[in-house]
Amino acid sequence: MTVKDWFEQRKEMQIARRDKETQIDDSIGKLWVKCYSCNSQLLRKEVEENLEVCPKCGYHFRINARTRINQLFDEGSFEELFGNITTADPLEFTDTESYKKRIALAKAKTNMNEAVVSGVGKIDGNLVSAAVMDFEFMGGSMGSVVGEKVTLAMEEALKRKIPMIAVTASGGARMQESILSLMQMAKTSCAVAKLNEAGLLYITVLTEPTFGGVTASFATLGDIIIAEQDARIGFAGRRVIEQTIRQSLPADFQTANYLMKYGQIDIISSRAGLKSTIAKLIKLHTKQE
Amino acid sequence: MTILEFEKPLYEIQEKIQELKEISESSGMDVSNQIENFEKQALEYKKELYSNLTPSQRIQIARHADRPNFLDYVNLITTDFIELHGDREGTDDRAIIGGIAKIDNQPVVIIGTQKGKTTKENLIYNFGMPQPQGYRKALRLFYHADKFNLPIVTLIDTPGAYPGMKAEETAQGTAIAVNLKEMAKLKVPIIAVITGEGCSGGALGLAVANKVYMLEHSYYTVISPEGCASILWRDASKAGEAAKALKITSEDLLKLEIIDGIIKEPLGGAHCNYEEIGRNLKETIVRSINELKKTEPQKLKEDRYSKFRRMGVFCQ
Repeated sequence: MTVKDWFEQRKEMQIARRDKETQIDDSIGKLWVKCYSCNSQLLRKEVEENLEVCPKCGYHFRINARTRINQLFDEGSFEELFGNITTADPLEFTDTESYKKRIALAKAKTNMNEAVVSGVGKIDGNLVSAAVMDFEFMGGSMGSVVGEKVTLAMEEALKRKIPMIAVTASGGARMQESILSLMQMAKTSCAVAKLNEAGLLYITVLTEPTFGGVTASFATLGDIIIAEQDARIGFAGRRVIEQTIRQSLPADFQTANYLMKYGQIDIISSRAGLKSTIAKLIKLHTKQE
Repeated sequence: MTILEFEKPLYEIQEKIQELKEISESSGMDVSNQIENFEKQALEYKKELYSNLTPSQRIQIARHADRPNFLDYVNLITTDFIELHGDREGTDDRAIIGGIAKIDNQPVVIIGTQKGKTTKENLIYNFGMPQPQGYRKALRLFYHADKFNLPIVTLIDTPGAYPGMKAEETAQGTAIAVNLKEMAKLKVPIIAVITGEGCSGGALGLAVANKVYMLEHSYYTVISPEGCASILWRDASKAGEAAKALKITSEDLLKLEIIDGIIKEPLGGAHCNYEEIGRNLKETIVRSINELKKTEPQKLKEDRYSKFRRMGVFCQ
């Protein structure tokens, strides 16, 4: 075994160990979880009751679309729409695994049929159209279905003349759909143009993480852009930038605070304050009779 | 001229023919029949070679150091070009160049990504990778075109928007997103041509057009095959496989109904004959402008919207 091989092997073992650890931490239903940020051992139930925020240090854990919808919308008010739209494999894409298989695995893992849930619901009594992304489903990547369901949600807002809310969580484009995935950026952004022209309020909530093609399309086109606390948001990934510019980046690079410092977002909200912030914004933009 | 790896056999044959010609001249032997025969065979071989290229070989042509760049095309297809600099907010990004010019007597706003041919030039143009300020300059010029009712022509050849620290701090994602949204609102004809590399959002940020064309050997993709391979295969050396899987050639994209047409390149690629590629490009643009000029401004906008609204394949 060469020295290089030894290092490679060691690295792989470290990765495998880390994956195992995070698996334990992530597994829902386990009694204890560990906070990524402060390393405290926490009771699963306690974290859940605290909106998936660490009760010790306030770190915001990633949450899936269903949990987000439960937290954000008035109880029982959310009606899912366009759930019948599902993934095709137009390019018959295969890398180390076929796209069909990856989709099947993602469905089994998340109990979702794609990386976004669209629908209408009430936020403190205000009816809105919404698209809520799910990072657990193939990294929240945007393919044809995500693009279509986000666009349909916007068209629903247009039809009903109600505000549009997009909650993003995405690694970027769905590479397995190649150019069709790229075109979803154009499609969703063109739909925002329609919202603009109709004078409808469009609020985006950028959550951990929001990157790539989603950042470079509907996510950053909100009339009001809210970033959830602890979210990392960017166009290019940190590693790609470090490799390109050959220097290391500041620890807080691409965090919500960093983006606010550079004037890219309007508001940073805690998870606990998110619902009331959105409700207030909607009320302030509603014409007074 | 740079000779690509797969082109070497062809150049070896051509060298041999040249040698034979020299020998026949110096010795006075008449072998013109054989030479003619060899040349015919060489041409056949050349035609066959370039019509059976793999996606990664075509990428090599699209990235060829001698491939015409934006300013070459401006020289080849326009007259009276006047460059309009800067984003009016403190920066003149050199990776995106724009201005007004005439194409076949029609004034247009022409904008494109600019690559260099030498290292020195590439440092100036940042290898054709725009900063957010480049997209904002383009946007300012789009508004100018809209205001004065000038058709917009964009020529795209970029490995992608620049992934840098300052680019992130000045909102690369937002700059591209705003262009996508604002291009949807314009009431003038927009024609986009992918002339070389059409990588990712960096290319799309100039390509929400009524008509989108590709040069024969250009490619258009959501991510570079190298990037895709290193993420999905966890091995950048699988770029060839990724290039195939991503379906990035002009024929693939025409089949997928993403583009409206393919502009034929001279045998061997655009760099082999600037005049010919210039003629073909100009012919397509002029025809397209003339056709779109007949359409009402409001309808141009609606057509552009519906074009992108339809894109995507899913089950229902």
